[in-house]
Amino acid sequence: MNLFLDAFAWIFSPDRLTGSLPLPEAVAQHLAFTFGSVLIAALIAIPVGWAIGHTGRGREFAVALSGAARAIPTLGLVVLLYLLVGVVYKSQAAVVAFVILAIPSILAGAYTGFEAIDRSTISAARAVGMTGRQILFEVEVPLGLPLLIGGLRSATLQVVATVTIATYVGLGGLGFYIIQGIQLRDTAQILGASVLVVVLALVLDGVFALIQRLVVPRGVVARTARTRSTAAARPVPAS
Amino acid sequence: MNWVVNNLELIWGLTLSHLRQSGIAIVASFVIALPLGWLAWRYTRLRGSVLTTIGLLYTIPSLGLFALLWAVFGIPYLSESNLVIALTVYGVAIMTRSVTDGLDSVEPSTREAAIAVGYGPWRRFWTVDLPLAGPVLLAGLRVTATSTIALATVGILIGVENLGYLFTNGLQRRIIPEVLAGVVLVVIIALVFDLIILIAGRLLMPWVPRREGSRAERRALRRFAAEGAA
Repeated sequence: MNLFLDAFAWIFSPDRLTGSLPLPEAVAQHLAFTFGSVLIAALIAIPVGWAIGHTGRGREFAVALSGAARAIPTLGLVVLLYLLVGVVYKSQAAVVAFVILAIPSILAGAYTGFEAIDRSTISAARAVGMTGRQILFEVEVPLGLPLLIGGLRSATLQVVATVTIATYVGLGGLGFYIIQGIQLRDTAQILGASVLVVVLALVLDGVFALIQRLVVPRGVVARTARTRSTAAARPVPAS
Repeated sequence: MNWVVNNLELIWGLTLSHLRQSGIAIVASFVIALPLGWLAWRYTRLRGSVLTTIGLLYTIPSLGLFALLWAVFGIPYLSESNLVIALTVYGVAIMTRSVTDGLDSVEPSTREAAIAVGYGPWRRFWTVDLPLAGPVLLAGLRVTATSTIALATVGILIGVENLGYLFTNGLQRRIIPEVLAGVVLVVIIALVFDLIILIAGRLLMPWVPRREGSRAERRALRRFAAEGAA
C-alpha cells in the first residue's frame, strides 16, 4: 500500500498548485476537452440519430458506422490528424478526433432509443390524432431519452480515456503527468495521476447513471418495475 | 507509400506482435467470461454485483488501468503482460455481459423441454443453452475482438511494441505515411478478425436464421450497438 501512500502524497502535495501544469488546470483542461467534444458530437449525432429512428431509414449505415468506429485506434487517429493539421492547430485537430470517436455511440443511443419504443405506443399516439411532429417530440423523444443519455455516457467515457492518451501530442490534461511520469520513472506521479483519471471517469459515469435514471418518464418507471418483477418470478431452472 | 515499401519487415514484425498480444487477450476474455457470465446469470443474487463491477472496470481509462494493475497486483508497469492483462480485463467486461444476455435470450420453454426429456445441468448447458445463446455470444465476441485490436495500440505508451509503434515513431519523425499505415493496418486486421468470427459463427451455428432473431436476442444485440468501447 506504500505505492498508494506515495501516490496520494503526490496528489495532495502543495507542489501540484504550481509548476508548468498545476493540477486544477490539468483537470479543467481534461474536462473542457471532454465536454466540448461530446457537445459538438451531440449536436451532429442527435438530429441524425433521431431522423434514423423516426423514419427507420439509414439504420444499416448507422450500424456499420458504429462497428467500423470500434476498429479505429484512437491514438493513431489523434496523431494522424495532428500531423495533417499542424502543430499550431493541435487542440482543434485533437477535438476533431474526439468528435469522430464520440459520434457513433451518441448516434446509436439516439436511434436505438426510438427503436426500443413499443410500436403499439406509436400507433396509439397516431390513433389519438397526433401529427408526425407531435409523435416525434412528445412521444419518441421523451421515451428514447434514457438510451440517448446512455449513448452520451459511453461517448463521454470514451473521450475521457482518449484525452488521457492524446496527451502524447502535448495537449495537457491528466495524461500529461502519466506520460511525464513514465519518462521520469516517477512512480508516485504515474500512480497519482492514474488514480485521478480513474476517479474522474467513475465520477462522470456516476453522474450519467443518475441522469439516466432521472429522465425516465414516470409512467415508464411503473411499467419496467412490473416487467422486472415478472422476470424475477419466472421459475429458475433446477440444476 | 515509399515508406511502407521500404519498411515491410518492420511492419510485419509489429503486426505479428500485435496479433499475438490481442489474440491472447481475446481468447482469455472468452474463456474467463463464459463461467463468470454463467454464474451471474444462474445466481440472480450475484448478477447485480458482478455486472456492476464489470461495468465499472469498463469505465476505467486504459492508462489508468495499467497503473492500477501494477500497484494492486504487482504486474510490471512497462511490460507486455500488463498490456495483455488490461486488454483481457476490458474483453471480460464486454463478454460477460453478452454471456448473461445470451443465456437470457434462450426461451425458458426450450430449457424446460430439455429438463423434461432428462437433460442434466452439464449436458443442458453445452447442448442447449450455449448453442442457443450463440448469436448473442458471437455479437459480443465480435465487439471484443475489434475493440481489443484497436485498443492494443495504446501499449506503445507503456513501452510495448506493436502496430502502435508506428504512431509514436511516425509522430517523432513526422512521417505521415507511417502513421496512416498503422491506422489502416489496425482497422484492416480488426475487420478481418470480425469477418473470421462471423464466418466461424455461420459454420458453427447453421441453424441461426440470417435476419430475424428472438425479441430478447434482438434487444441484446441492440444494446451492443449502443455501447461503444472505451
